[in-house]
Amino acid sequence: MEDLVIAQGINKRFASGIEALRDIDLSIARGQFVSIVGPSGCGKSTFLRLVAGLDEPSFGTLTIDNRTPRQARREKIDLSFVFQDATLLPWRSVTRNVALPLELRQETTQPAITDDRVAEVLDMVGLTEFADASPAQLSGGMRMRVSIARALVTRPELLLLDEPFGALDEITRQRLNEELLRLWLEDRWTALFITHNVYEAVFMSQRVLVMSDRPGHILAEISIPFDHPRTPELRATPEFARISESISRQLSEASA
Amino acid sequence: MQRVRIVVTNALPPLLFFALAICTWHGSVVLFDLKPFLLPGPLHVASAVAENLTRLLSATLLTGLGALLGFTLSFAFGFLVSLVFSQSRLIERSLYPYAIFLQTVPIVAIAPLIVLWIGYGIQGVVAVSFIISLFPIIANTTTGLTRVDPNLLDLFALNNANRWQILFKLRVPGAVPHMLTGARISSGLSVIGAIVGEFFAGYGTEDFGLGYLIILTNGQAKTDYLFACILFCTLLGLGIFTAVGFLSNFLLKRWTNSSE
Repeated sequence: MEDLVIAQGINKRFASGIEALRDIDLSIARGQFVSIVGPSGCGKSTFLRLVAGLDEPSFGTLTIDNRTPRQARREKIDLSFVFQDATLLPWRSVTRNVALPLELRQETTQPAITDDRVAEVLDMVGLTEFADASPAQLSGGMRMRVSIARALVTRPELLLLDEPFGALDEITRQRLNEELLRLWLEDRWTALFITHNVYEAVFMSQRVLVMSDRPGHILAEISIPFDHPRTPELRATPEFARISESISRQLSEASA
Repeated sequence: MQRVRIVVTNALPPLLFFALAICTWHGSVVLFDLKPFLLPGPLHVASAVAENLTRLLSATLLTGLGALLGFTLSFAFGFLVSLVFSQSRLIERSLYPYAIFLQTVPIVAIAPLIVLWIGYGIQGVVAVSFIISLFPIIANTTTGLTRVDPNLLDLFALNNANRWQILFKLRVPGAVPHMLTGARISSGLSVIGAIVGEFFAGYGTEDFGLGYLIILTNGQAKTDYLFACILFCTLLGLGIFTAVGFLSNFLLKRWTNSSE
């Protein structure tokens, strides 16, 4: 399949002199679900910001659909970003938070189209009955679902997720992993998922990349052989445990 | 029932203290045989209030009007200044030290100048009140407008938001709690400003405010009347502060629970 994201020889050194990333080569095919796992502070979030065009690499080229991330964004090749926190606007209701990207992009002036799409994604994440609630009234897991709905409302081609479930409890995280996979199977956007949780990465991804401690570079790439759709029972299989164990070992060598 | 108990436990101690203070005050005046022009007793003050009630009320109204106008002006102008500051670091760095000057300059020292330039009467009073209550608005609103969650700025950038969208859909609504804090501080200061303004600017007017009444009664050694003026100054300040506090709590609640 054709590659949507291609990174070649990416290096990033901050003005402070800290070298965050070294020689990252990576390509992601359209519709693939790829995770990067790495120790905290290894530069995986920095890499995600480069892909989003929120920051520029010091060396190397990075393209999305043969354009630089900034060009791609200007030409409305859709990418969405899910942050570590829900980052909702506390003064807006759930509906108005989800509508925000459409409102800012001003692609349509017809409120009916916006309303329909917002209702649709709220239904997808199961928050229809909380449409008029304010973020303060929701639990952490529900707030994150609002954040995912907001990312999906523009029908993105590429979804960048920066440890979105890191602050949630284990049960909530597993449930949201399953929900995110279901959404991915429905629309088949391309996903680049950052996490430090190996089980989460293995459960969701088709490929898992292991990143080293700073300066971050890709140490290993593991193909995950399980078919989609995946069920929660997968987590209990010996094969799942074996793969997770092997990635965990590489990760602990990376941070040693 | 629960509410009543809370009100009683909260209100009772200060009320008891108030009664005790009044009794001590009255007792000392009687015991030490203090002259009323030095320290009038509570009964003297009460009768001064009763005697001059119309005058006191109209003076309070006039001073309140000056304070309210000064406060409104400083809120509107301070908000605009903060908007400009939030859009240009250069302008903020160049002008912010002069905004601090507003805070540190002794208002009593420049009030005569203001009267000289702007004239006697309500406009001079409003000007002094405006100057003294401006800085907290600027300081708090600027903080609110510039201290924005960097992730939210990224979110807006990712959706190609322009400068105006970032200002009016992110910075301004995000600054609301800070603006309300500034407003609470400024509302108290605006009353002080109006009274100080009247010390200097109130002379030429027919109807005079509490500030002028204080100067007048002090000059005539009507200390009981002076005490009555001070009492009304305090009540006015308390009234405006409470009203603004109530309003800001109401707005803050709407701000986080808006269902629109």
